[in-house]
Amino acid sequence: MNILIVGSGRVGATLAGLLDDAGHQVTIVDRDRASFAHLPAGSNVTTFLGNGIDLDVLRQVGIDKVDAFLALTDGDNRNLMAAQVAKEIFGVKRAFAKCNDPIRAEIYRAKGLATFSRTSILALLLKAMLEQDPEVGEVLLRQTLALERKLAGEEARDAAPPAAAAGER
Amino acid sequence: MYVIVAGGGDIGFHLAKGLIEAGHEVMVIEQDRHRAQWIEEQLGSVVLNAPADEGRYQLEAGCQRADAVIAVTGEDAKNLVICQLARHNCGPHGRVIARVTDPKNEILFKALGIDETVSSTRVLMNIIEQELPTGGFLPLMPLTGSHLEIIEAEIAPGTPSVGKAVRSVGLPAGSLIGGIVRGGQLLSGTGDAVLQVGDRVIVFAPTAIEAEVRSRLYG
Repeated sequence: MNILIVGSGRVGATLAGLLDDAGHQVTIVDRDRASFAHLPAGSNVTTFLGNGIDLDVLRQVGIDKVDAFLALTDGDNRNLMAAQVAKEIFGVKRAFAKCNDPIRAEIYRAKGLATFSRTSILALLLKAMLEQDPEVGEVLLRQTLALERKLAGEEARDAAPPAAAAGER
Repeated sequence: MYVIVAGGGDIGFHLAKGLIEAGHEVMVIEQDRHRAQWIEEQLGSVVLNAPADEGRYQLEAGCQRADAVIAVTGEDAKNLVICQLARHNCGPHGRVIARVTDPKNEILFKALGIDETVSSTRVLMNIIEQELPTGGFLPLMPLTGSHLEIIEAEIAPGTPSVGKAVRSVGLPAGSLIGGIVRGGQLLSGTGDAVLQVGDRVIVFAPTAIEAEVRSRLYG
């Protein structure tokens, strides 16, 4: 799939890395160059410096050709605006917006936007963990732990100085 | 009238003050506690210290009975969401008005259901453009799902297209004159229509050749 992500924070960049690994073609837009540092090293994700709610920027990165669009900045309103632009103006079929206010998320979901709230997801997952509810979140939890082990492993490998690597002998 | 002003910055404050002086009932929704206190000291008990982009505070401010909700924060995306939530929460008679900073967002907001927008940038641009003796060349809007846009070119004295028929202006291939506005009337932009000073020509063209359209029509 050809996927466009707006917002290269921790969530956006991690997702971009996962999708890239899975063989998708990923472009990520952020207005802060430093945020691209969140992308995993050596990924093939295309980065674009610009404001992801600006029509011209979205046109420049080829929004009219994407299969899916995800707005994952740290601002609910910017995400809701960007996803609506993708869906209503550029006709992107699958447009997602991160909206951490669960009430706003529901209102926009009722308007046909795919919104999801970190607040609700995390709260339900934590509750399920505490109550040892195996139905909710078991798969998610297993995959999360695997991903985090992998990321931490890559980080340690990249950061290891040659001397430490030599210690393996 | 009962008016809810979302955002108590400089614009929101002076708007609220003016409305109160004109005898209207006003509620300002302002997120910052210090700012909200300051406005209350200036204008009395007309402030709700809360984020205006959360529906429950709009309801608390009484938006079901409001005649208008005006979003005047400094952030276009926030104003859009405030207005869309207000549209959702308000009674059917309530007007919803958004301030936009990026003039492009006026068209965008319309497409997303917010018809009434005010762009101070656009207002200032219009004033300046009216002062210029040379008319204007104004890309109006992009066309959805294409690389095309709509351009308005005002034919000014001394521009290359004055007195020429449309077919001899030499517009680049792929562009099309959709109409000519002359003295408030719409004329068709057929090949033998002759362009006059003061005409506003509406052109459809690929964004990529905007510069060429400009040089032919406007110099």
